[in-house]
Amino acid sequence: MNTSTVSNAAAVHDHAHDHAPTGVMRWLTSTNHKDIGTLYLWFSLFMFFFAGALAMLIRAELFQPGLQLFQPTVFNQLTTMHGLIMIFGAIMPSLVGFANWQVPLMIGAPDMAFPRLNNWSFWLLPAAGVLLISTFFVPGGAIAGGWTMYPPLFMQGGIAYDMSILAVHILGVSSIMGAINIIVTILNMRAPGMTLMKMPMFVWTWLITAFLLVAVMPVLACAITMLLTDRNFGTHFFDASGGGDPVMFQHVFWFFGHPEVYIMILPAFGIVSTIIPTFARKPLFGYVSMVYAVASIAFLSFIVWAHHMFTTGMPLGGQLFFMYTTMLIAIPTGIKVFNWVATLWRGSISFETPMLFSLAFVFLFTIGGFSGLVLALVPVDIQLQDTYYVVAHFHYVLFSGSAMAIMGGVYYWLPKWTGHMYDEKLGKVHFWLTAIAFNITFFPMHFLGLAGMPRRIPDYALQFAEFNMIASLGGFLLGASQLLFLYVVIKCVRGGIAAGNQPWDGADTLEWTQTSPPPYHSFVTPPLVK
Amino acid sequence: MQAHNNAYYVPPPSIWPIVGSVALLTLAVGFALVLNKVAVGSLVMALGAGILLIMLFGWFGAVIKESLAGKYARQVDTSFRWGMVWFIFSEVMFFAGFFGALFYARNLALPGLADAQSLWPGFSAAWPTTGPGLKTVITPVNAWGIPALNTLILLSSGATLTWAHWGLQKDRQRQLKLGLALTIALGILFIGLQIHEYGEAAFTIRDGIYGATFYMLTGFHGFHVMMGSVMLIVILLRSLAGHFTPGRHFAFEAVAWYWHFVDVIWLLLFIFVYCL
Repeated sequence: MNTSTVSNAAAVHDHAHDHAPTGVMRWLTSTNHKDIGTLYLWFSLFMFFFAGALAMLIRAELFQPGLQLFQPTVFNQLTTMHGLIMIFGAIMPSLVGFANWQVPLMIGAPDMAFPRLNNWSFWLLPAAGVLLISTFFVPGGAIAGGWTMYPPLFMQGGIAYDMSILAVHILGVSSIMGAINIIVTILNMRAPGMTLMKMPMFVWTWLITAFLLVAVMPVLACAITMLLTDRNFGTHFFDASGGGDPVMFQHVFWFFGHPEVYIMILPAFGIVSTIIPTFARKPLFGYVSMVYAVASIAFLSFIVWAHHMFTTGMPLGGQLFFMYTTMLIAIPTGIKVFNWVATLWRGSISFETPMLFSLAFVFLFTIGGFSGLVLALVPVDIQLQDTYYVVAHFHYVLFSGSAMAIMGGVYYWLPKWTGHMYDEKLGKVHFWLTAIAFNITFFPMHFLGLAGMPRRIPDYALQFAEFNMIASLGGFLLGASQLLFLYVVIKCVRGGIAAGNQPWDGADTLEWTQTSPPPYHSFVTPPLVK
Repeated sequence: MQAHNNAYYVPPPSIWPIVGSVALLTLAVGFALVLNKVAVGSLVMALGAGILLIMLFGWFGAVIKESLAGKYARQVDTSFRWGMVWFIFSEVMFFAGFFGALFYARNLALPGLADAQSLWPGFSAAWPTTGPGLKTVITPVNAWGIPALNTLILLSSGATLTWAHWGLQKDRQRQLKLGLALTIALGILFIGLQIHEYGEAAFTIRDGIYGATFYMLTGFHGFHVMMGSVMLIVILLRSLAGHFTPGRHFAFEAVAWYWHFVDVIWLLLFIFVYCL
């Protein structure tokens, strides 16, 4: 192995040395945060299309009442795998991809703190992905118990269940190592002068997200390890006859699961908090309150988990506690939404594609937040549990929240990453198609849920037919629109108008002081931040 | 050994992470096959474990080589420290999950089952129990036998390790080596006694919630002691090779932190699993 040092004096000579691997080895063995970030982003895009294809199949089955295409078991496999892959394969890796690319650039660091570990965190994902996706082809088919893996249903079923548990274990290892890397990078590698309260908002959100990951991924590992031993080694953790309790799984799982949903939204907040000031040409309003709001949301995420379980049995005191803590989250979230709007106030606003996505985020995520407040109310939740209202709610926060912020972030930083401007016209077309199709797909689901349509079923009563047909048509349009996204991204990677160092005149974070694309090793000498 | 300069060391491309991914995938596939009684499974698992070992040797070998070559400036050292701290925090959360399961079962699940007299007539929530459906009577391990002895052993091992650290700080290499060897001996003694206790125990992991929580918690702890012992052996070998100086010995400290963490977990186990 080559043992070159990255000394300042020898930098030029040694860098030529470091570049050596080309072709596939460059990607397999990379210790470069930009290359690894690119890998994360492409992997998540592939998984987004894979899980999206599953969603198309779900919407095709639900286009009309009756069983058209799939047996119920296959349908359950589709919904389960759609959820699991979107969460662990698409949203989370793409946000880690952003962290990889942007955190070192934004804090003026030469790379991540642990470059080799960084590579391992990424390459565990395809390993887990292969394990997970191959379950479609094993005897008995893929897991069909829902992404939440509740026992006792998850006790039944074949080898796919064990494979999926082990795949989630590998994903957890990847997440923990990735999160430790991000925390250490932020704590230890900031440029001189960049105090914590001078960090860009995106970096703050990732610091707190990474803390959440380190805190809760091990708890998920506990939950699924107990599932594995209950399935294979005769333990009775979730079996009442042995003194265990299936509800215990739900507690352990959601202790992970609720912080997990903030893991998927906080970095998206960070992206939006970066884009809105740029295109409003004003500094972010209430920076300090934004930091405290994110920290409060993270803290509260540990004491709200049982609001996912209001119908599974809980003392009244417990229900009230979890209802109130859940509603408390509206306060820091409200602060954030207020600050985004206040940043726009009297700004010199322009509406490039990233800004369109961010504005849509503020509007649509807030709708998802409000439906979350509705679901936090115990008596209402007992009516709406496991209906399409819940499906509508979490797609408003996860698609028009996380996914649309991610797309906005991709448009925002593509010029920096590739050195080329993306096609603004096509980007806008993609935005409008996505925003409109998204609402056609998911807004009717609120009505379906309020009318009592249960989730996770391939067939439904006739009175739900119209809204389902509308949702399916919207879904197909939404899916097709993302092909345009793929086209715009590939077109931008392959060429386009030169972006220059700083294509957005309102941007003021450190990455814009670098060339576009930045040199292979950026900030070998750390910049001084005043 | 001084670093050549203050720049942060970014390692060149490395083959080991991808080897590690192949290892874990192979291990997982093998394990899934074993669990589902496919004959070839154990072979696949062994292959995965073998690849993992090669990766660990290669990766740590590279890190040690770089460290000895003086490539890690002070800032890199700080990264390693933070990294270890957060890794141990993730381990704390892992054990917290299983302790949570124990507390939940004892304080919420069992009283709930005892309340359901129409379902499980005559069942009371006394601990230890195998639950209302299994009729086995549990004779728990006496806390003041082997477990108390093991507590003494692990606490002593923490002391010998600290003694070894003092030796290292004052550059008394003999004290360092002796202290490490004693710590390893105590660690192995602990594992031996734990295995003996498992052999003697009158219940198995299949015996209801008591057996499940007992073996899960003590089993994962025992596994961590084994890992810690292997790490200590590596540190002893590196001490024999003269790798550590009073000023630079982060690997030693990292393993010491890990060992003390395992120690603290044992104290909690002793109280909540054996005594209460």
